[in-house]
Amino acid sequence: MTDSYEDVLTRFEPVIGLETHVELATASKLFCGCATAFGAEPNTQVCPTCLGLPGSLPVTNRAAIEYTMRIGLALHCTVASWCRFARKNYFYPDMPKDFQISQYDEPLCIEGYLDVEVGSDEGARTVRVPIERVHLEEDTGKSLHVGGATGRIAGATHSLVDYNRAGIPLVEIVTKPVEGAGAEVAKAYVTELRDLLRGLGVSDVRMEQGSLRCDVNVSLRRPGEPYGTRTETKNLNSLRSVERSVRFEVERQAALLEAGVRIVQETRHFEESSGSTASGRSKEEAQDYRYFPEPDLVPLAPAPDWVAEIRSSLPEPPSAARRRLAAEHGFSGLDMAQMGGAGVLDLVAATVAAGAPAAEARSWWLSYLAQQANERGTDPAELPITPAQLAEVIGLVGAGTLTNKLARSVVDGVLAGEGEPAEVIAGRGLAVVSDDGALGAAVDAAIAGAPDVAEKVRAGKVAAAGALVGAVMKATRGQADAARVRELVMAKLSPAE
Amino acid sequence: MPSQTGPSQGGPSRTRPTLSRAEVAHLARLARITLTDAELDRLVPQLDVILAAVARVGEVAAADIPPTSHALPLTNVLRPDVVRPSLPAAAALGGAPAVEDGRFRVPRILDDAEAADG
Ligand SMILES: [Zn+2]
Repeated sequence: MTDSYEDVLTRFEPVIGLETHVELATASKLFCGCATAFGAEPNTQVCPTCLGLPGSLPVTNRAAIEYTMRIGLALHCTVASWCRFARKNYFYPDMPKDFQISQYDEPLCIEGYLDVEVGSDEGARTVRVPIERVHLEEDTGKSLHVGGATGRIAGATHSLVDYNRAGIPLVEIVTKPVEGAGAEVAKAYVTELRDLLRGLGVSDVRMEQGSLRCDVNVSLRRPGEPYGTRTETKNLNSLRSVERSVRFEVERQAALLEAGVRIVQETRHFEESSGSTASGRSKEEAQDYRYFPEPDLVPLAPAPDWVAEIRSSLPEPPSAARRRLAAEHGFSGLDMAQMGGAGVLDLVAATVAAGAPAAEARSWWLSYLAQQANERGTDPAELPITPAQLAEVIGLVGAGTLTNKLARSVVDGVLAGEGEPAEVIAGRGLAVVSDDGALGAAVDAAIAGAPDVAEKVRAGKVAAAGALVGAVMKATRGQADAARVRELVMAKLSPAE
Repeated sequence: MPSQTGPSQGGPSRTRPTLSRAEVAHLARLARITLTDAELDRLVPQLDVILAAVARVGEVAAADIPPTSHALPLTNVLRPDVVRPSLPAAAALGGAPAVEDGRFRVPRILDDAEAADG
């Protein structure tokens, strides 16, 4: 019987380490001029260089170097004054050259950190995640495994390879071990990193398209003991998977350790459907990549003024933007922790920046939209509605054009792909009947239709007005603002008149 | 295997690298080259001679000569981030031994033992 995650944490301290791969949003590949667009027909964005044909030579993309430095500097790293690319040799058909150009013992950026906030009952707690290195390499091609079960490599009869992705610049961000950190910290780190990268404009950070993917190391130790044996779960492509896989590994390892079984150092795969991890290839002996300095590329030596120029162009980090958000709009520590925990802080900030009142923006993302995301099993940030669209809907509620109920219907329409809010309102016929003339006529008709009720209201029985309001709402098919209708009814039937 | 030269390594006092028979066999396996015992008998001493010849270059280098991996005294050879035409898919795939659905068709990747693990 496996203990719950929370039980395990009372006896063991988890230690995690994360390797995050980020595809850079350059227009062309790292070492050739092929386009990097996602979703192109297979093998249409390839050339002699990225196919590794004889006689071709790589030339490094300046933007990829700059983007890597941007990431490193935003993570408080030092940019190396001199470094080289290295050849990582291996036989696997995802690289047509039989090697990958990467960086080995001379990464472009070293030694930084990222502060992440983790929500708890007492409010937000800041955890500093130490960064070991940020390096640049080329992405690999994509393989389809044919003939086995559900596209798995095991049991496949053969594989089909598309090299459009081979050579796209890929940045690898590696943390040092984070002690006492579990699933919440892992998720908070990837979330914070994603928001930071998005703000830097260096990647579209679409986890579902694989432009941001994560490997997570997990080990357990009893307090005061040295690190335990770790496992590495590969290729996590959603925030939920990061969190769930760490929870699962912590519980699985704790059960083994309690039973006196040793943890095997191995690569594991996360199974989305079951929320569990399964052992991958355990043949760690294959990890002999015979790295050597890439002879086809000269060293990189970023001059101090180039580094300084990049540093001065960095935007405000998301953490600072959040502090400003809290201060400007009076969000409490608990509000911030709730929004952070739900992964909606930046969405709220963007909605406020688009003109919505902070309280409304917070409430929409934290309740209705968080619920929609949950029902779809996705992240609020991945919902197909933008902060600007939500701000427009909120604005229409404020102007009395929409009631809260109609606003939810407009949001539903946007989420369903019916277009911009205005198009949804037109398409679904949702605008509130706010024209006092039209409403007045409906109120008159309701009064005329129920003279006995009107008489009671005139006599001071205010509660009876509800029936008249109901009749008006029915006549306007629910598209009137009930509060305004009540005002009109009371005005018409006030004893003073 | 011989160690890599880098700015933090090497120097004139470096000892001559040698390769054991086991190391040569290991490297051959990594390079997917099948070597018979007879071939190993012949190649291990030969590789040793080659390494010894290369090591003599290291002996010439004094402390004021930093190890290098490139003959060119250049750094930061970079190109602007500009898209250039790729090969037509037919040309890209034209040299492949097998093609399926616009993709390079390759033999199965894992052998039976590995497949049982994975
Ligand atoms: Zn190319």
